Amino acid sequence: MSFIPARRTGRRVARRFTGRDLAVLGVLLGIPVLLDVAIVWGPTLASVVLSFTGWDGIGDIKWVGTQNYRNLFTNYPQFWPAARHNLLWLAFLGLVAAPFGLLLAVLIDRGVRFSRFYQSTLYMPVVLSLAVVGFIAQLVFSRDQGALNAVIGDTGSPTDWLGDPDLNIWMVLLAAAWRHTGYVMILYLAGLKAVDPSLKEAAAIDGAGEAQTFFRIVLPTLRPVNVIVGVITVIESLRAFDIVYAVNHGRNGLELLSVLVTDNIIGEASRIGFGSAIAVVLLAVSLGFVATYLVQELRGERNR
Amino acid sequence: MRPGRIGVHAFLMAVSLAFLAPLLLAVYASLRPYDETSEHGYFSLPRHLSLDYYRQAFSDSGMTKYFVNTMIIAVPGVLVTLFLASFVAFALARLKMRGGLVLLMLFTAGNLLPQQVIVTPLYVVFNRIPLPYWMSDSMTMYDSYWAVVAVQIGFQLGFCVFVLANFMRTLPQEILEAAIVDGAGVWTQYWRITLPLCRPALAALGTLQFTWMYNDFLWALVFISDGDKLPITSALNNLRGQFFTDYNLLAAGSVIVALPTLVVFLLLQRHFIAGLTLGSSKG
Repeated sequence: MSFIPARRTGRRVARRFTGRDLAVLGVLLGIPVLLDVAIVWGPTLASVVLSFTGWDGIGDIKWVGTQNYRNLFTNYPQFWPAARHNLLWLAFLGLVAAPFGLLLAVLIDRGVRFSRFYQSTLYMPVVLSLAVVGFIAQLVFSRDQGALNAVIGDTGSPTDWLGDPDLNIWMVLLAAAWRHTGYVMILYLAGLKAVDPSLKEAAAIDGAGEAQTFFRIVLPTLRPVNVIVGVITVIESLRAFDIVYAVNHGRNGLELLSVLVTDNIIGEASRIGFGSAIAVVLLAVSLGFVATYLVQELRGERNR
Repeated sequence: MRPGRIGVHAFLMAVSLAFLAPLLLAVYASLRPYDETSEHGYFSLPRHLSLDYYRQAFSDSGMTKYFVNTMIIAVPGVLVTLFLASFVAFALARLKMRGGLVLLMLFTAGNLLPQQVIVTPLYVVFNRIPLPYWMSDSMTMYDSYWAVVAVQIGFQLGFCVFVLANFMRTLPQEILEAAIVDGAGVWTQYWRITLPLCRPALAALGTLQFTWMYNDFLWALVFISDGDKLPITSALNNLRGQFFTDYNLLAAGSVIVALPTLVVFLLLQRHFIAGLTLGSSKG
């Protein structure tokens, strides 16, 4: 592991810390680092270790090797549907909600009138808790009195949008996208403001059309934002929990990996080892993306 | 106005209305008696409108108590997170210490891990950490505010360090060097010189963090078992159990839960958005 050397250029300022400085640094760096290790990294490692044990949280910790993982992949009927739902979540947010957010940002950035109103309205769902979003989804999609069935006039044999295990995941995805679109739009709006207008003018002088300018000039300069949006989308898709939990506790068509972890560790039959194995699967997937992202950040850092 | 412009307006207006509609529906439902909506549906003209459900939500289900719980968690949570994160960011970005990048990565990556990965061990450990009665009536860290506050701080530190370090890098280094020549110690450089310059970033992050901690659902659900200690967002889930059949009461509850963050957002819109974007667009 390499460390960035202290800046060598310019006059060397006397950098020796006094004893008091070292004490301040020790305490105020020590506490957050300890907290981060105790709350985030320690438990992460512990989850990996626990995933190789069969533990109920009370008795002895018994090593079972990879048995949890084998059970998970072959013998746990909820696992594959849950994994599929997480993937679907990722695909939907990444391929539908994020591009839609970009489109809205581009339209608003062109300086239309009432843009403040549009902006505020479209951001608004972002500040709602997912638990509230989940409940509002029930008002809209409920079978007998829901607004959606009333709007489409489906009264004879009303569709049970949230009860039908083939349909409900899509409805929940719509609700999740409602929030994600606004979030992505904010990020792109900020990015678009930073795009140098002379670049666009130069492209226009060279005879580039609007679409061409966007895809060839604007989108490449938005690269840092694209990376952030990508990371957020992956992380949100893996973390997804609140909405499905608020709708039906993540059952009957709404299984997600996060729900399976929670189900296995809290409640009567706590299967900590098994729950940890599911968590480690989540961890492995997200670490792949997080590492890619950090490498990108690291490069940017070096070039500063 | 060119026809293209009109098209853009029509599109944006339609999308905006579609985004607002579910919220308005919730407000509308909360103002009507349940009998009426169960007979005619949520999408029907009102016969009676009243604020009864709001009164009921407050009086019967003790929303006030849950709001207080949220404040007990979120206020220290936000303040301590900002304080600790700003010092780490200061040390990383301003003192240019060796190994700073590794620390930055440690914090940033930690914030990106899925919550469920850390839930299990923390649940086990919190159950085994004894606390004196005056700190927690459950006598353990589990089922106490301490657990939720600690997790909020630990988990959010990463994001705040990342954002604040990025911000502090844009401050002119000369100010700090002048102070060092004048003999300012590390604490003075941080508290008197750097922090005042970070006020906009701190305001933005504070707004954002408050919204996130307020909206959190999972931590309280996992680490608190006593329903009376739940923060407002998680308590909404309990309300569902109690008043399962009355969706309009729940709608009122949801509106009450959503209101503070909406107000914060509308009042501090600029700060809120700045917080979200500070970390993403590298200046």
